[in-house]
Amino acid sequence: MERMGKEKMKTYTYTEKKDTRSGFGAGLAELGRTNPDVVALCADLTPSLKMGEFIEENPERFFQVGIAEANMMGIAAGMTIGGKIPFTGTFANFATGRVYDQIRQSIAYSGKNVKICASHAGLTLGEDGATHQILEDIGLMKMLPGMVVINPCDFNQTKAATIAIAKHKGPVYLRFGRPKVPIFTPDDQTFEIGKAIQLTEGTDVTIVATGHLVWEALEASKVLLDKGISAEVINIHTIKPLDDKAILDSVAKTGCIVTAEEHNIFGGLGESVARVLATNSPVPQEFVGTNDTFGESGTPAQLMEKYGLNSAAIINKAETVIKRK
Amino acid sequence: MSNTKHLEDICTQTRRDILRMVHKVNSGHPGGSLGCTEFLVALYNEIMDRKEGFDMDGIGEDLFFLSNGHISPVFYSVLARVGYFPVEELSTFRLIDSRLQGHPTTHEGLPGVRVASGSLGQGMSVALGAAEVKKLNGDEKIVYSLHGDGELQEGQNWEAIMYASAKKVDNIICTVDLNGQQIDGATDDVLPMGDLKAKFEAFGWTVIEIKEGNNIEAILKGIATAKSKTGKGKPVCVLLKTVMGNGVDFMMHTHEWHGKAPNDEQLAIGLEQNSETLGDY
Repeated sequence: MERMGKEKMKTYTYTEKKDTRSGFGAGLAELGRTNPDVVALCADLTPSLKMGEFIEENPERFFQVGIAEANMMGIAAGMTIGGKIPFTGTFANFATGRVYDQIRQSIAYSGKNVKICASHAGLTLGEDGATHQILEDIGLMKMLPGMVVINPCDFNQTKAATIAIAKHKGPVYLRFGRPKVPIFTPDDQTFEIGKAIQLTEGTDVTIVATGHLVWEALEASKVLLDKGISAEVINIHTIKPLDDKAILDSVAKTGCIVTAEEHNIFGGLGESVARVLATNSPVPQEFVGTNDTFGESGTPAQLMEKYGLNSAAIINKAETVIKRK
Repeated sequence: MSNTKHLEDICTQTRRDILRMVHKVNSGHPGGSLGCTEFLVALYNEIMDRKEGFDMDGIGEDLFFLSNGHISPVFYSVLARVGYFPVEELSTFRLIDSRLQGHPTTHEGLPGVRVASGSLGQGMSVALGAAEVKKLNGDEKIVYSLHGDGELQEGQNWEAIMYASAKKVDNIICTVDLNGQQIDGATDDVLPMGDLKAKFEAFGWTVIEIKEGNNIEAILKGIATAKSKTGKGKPVCVLLKTVMGNGVDFMMHTHEWHGKAPNDEQLAIGLEQNSETLGDY
């Protein structure tokens, strides 16, 4: 596990907020300049996926498939034959549930080197409502044998992850979102698939968060410190393969854990962590995530509050889990 | 021996392989396999420009994708008989630890297979992807694919059919096995497909009809025509009229043998109708 600092309680600040999808767009553009094998496909959502720069610079390597995600996944699988590295772009809902069997047979079972890149994951796409707010995609994708599942936390990390997955041979699901969130990770980071990043050191509770919830976990840790609770925050950007050791090392110190994700607690990061704990070192665990429910229309902040996905919810669960030790 | 006779001899051997494979494990799909035997034998032995050996990328050679993966027995027999893997391996069809899975897959590393198929409707998209990359790579070889007629009921095909003409993917020849049968009965009873020629043409494809899809000469002539239509801005479709179960009289013209294996007695009759030309595995 990478350590971000030796201070007892490292604090994180930000000067700018950006959407993680723009991190994807920037990463893809860089790949366009550096890796001639990278091709991109999109199902009529290029502005939403921020693919414009890649398309402008590499028109011959971009394939607009129209509103036909199943065909897009199949074409992407076929494009690996001949040595290309296809990056598909659409919303998380249409990148997973809508085309699950296409991904399962033509990509995952066939071992194809396709990068399934999915924006607007979770509740934070906001007003469009539950038809577009998929909260089941991590579960769907992590169940596929051989599929890598990544959910980076900010612009810089999403950009780094996008660049890194081109080097990984095999199918990858890269999940990111629409809202502007604080940029607090380095702009020169190297992204290592499957390696958790410890953000703060703590002794009372481990908080393992992914995606947009990582910043919320850091915010929670500040409040908890004021209450005399020392929280160890870990950024699990890769849900599969999971960094078991990072989790087990941390709970060996803290004795309890909170998992936080913008996803259903059925089938998400929390359940993967619970499996690791149950088979190695059971400790009390609390889950921050949606609880077997669909989302609804609203602003991202309203939704994250209503469905218990913000720093307040993490603080509450941390206090609960510590009492269960 | 004429070339046609040579290919016909391979076909009788392939039909024996199919019958023996499905009989041994009492499962598998002989009907569609027998119906497409002449097409696949002609394709791999005469039509396709293939490199020696197998590599996944297939740069500089023609490629083939089987979308209706359940006719794996004929696919495996043809692949083995042209040398992708040992003919003896056909005896492991559908057995535990075999590379010859019930439906074709890349998962076990069987040479000659480039994508898993079986869940229907996905192969045309994959073939299109491979064809697009051939264009990107400046590779002038052709991508072939085979689809069942019932399979066209899957909507993904029509996404692919729309894409292919819109994007002028003209280095692809998609063949539809028009045997008129599917599991629940005649295609015209289950969900009539209407005029497929008109449908493909309306979607901007060039359509070649092969009325005698179990006749080697008709296949060679039809595919030669199809090939002459490639590179002209339109994808090419071959409507191949076949007889399900062809070459085994009691299996012909019925959907009954779609996914059913012959018993010992039926196997003997089927083998009697197809002489051992290249040696059984």
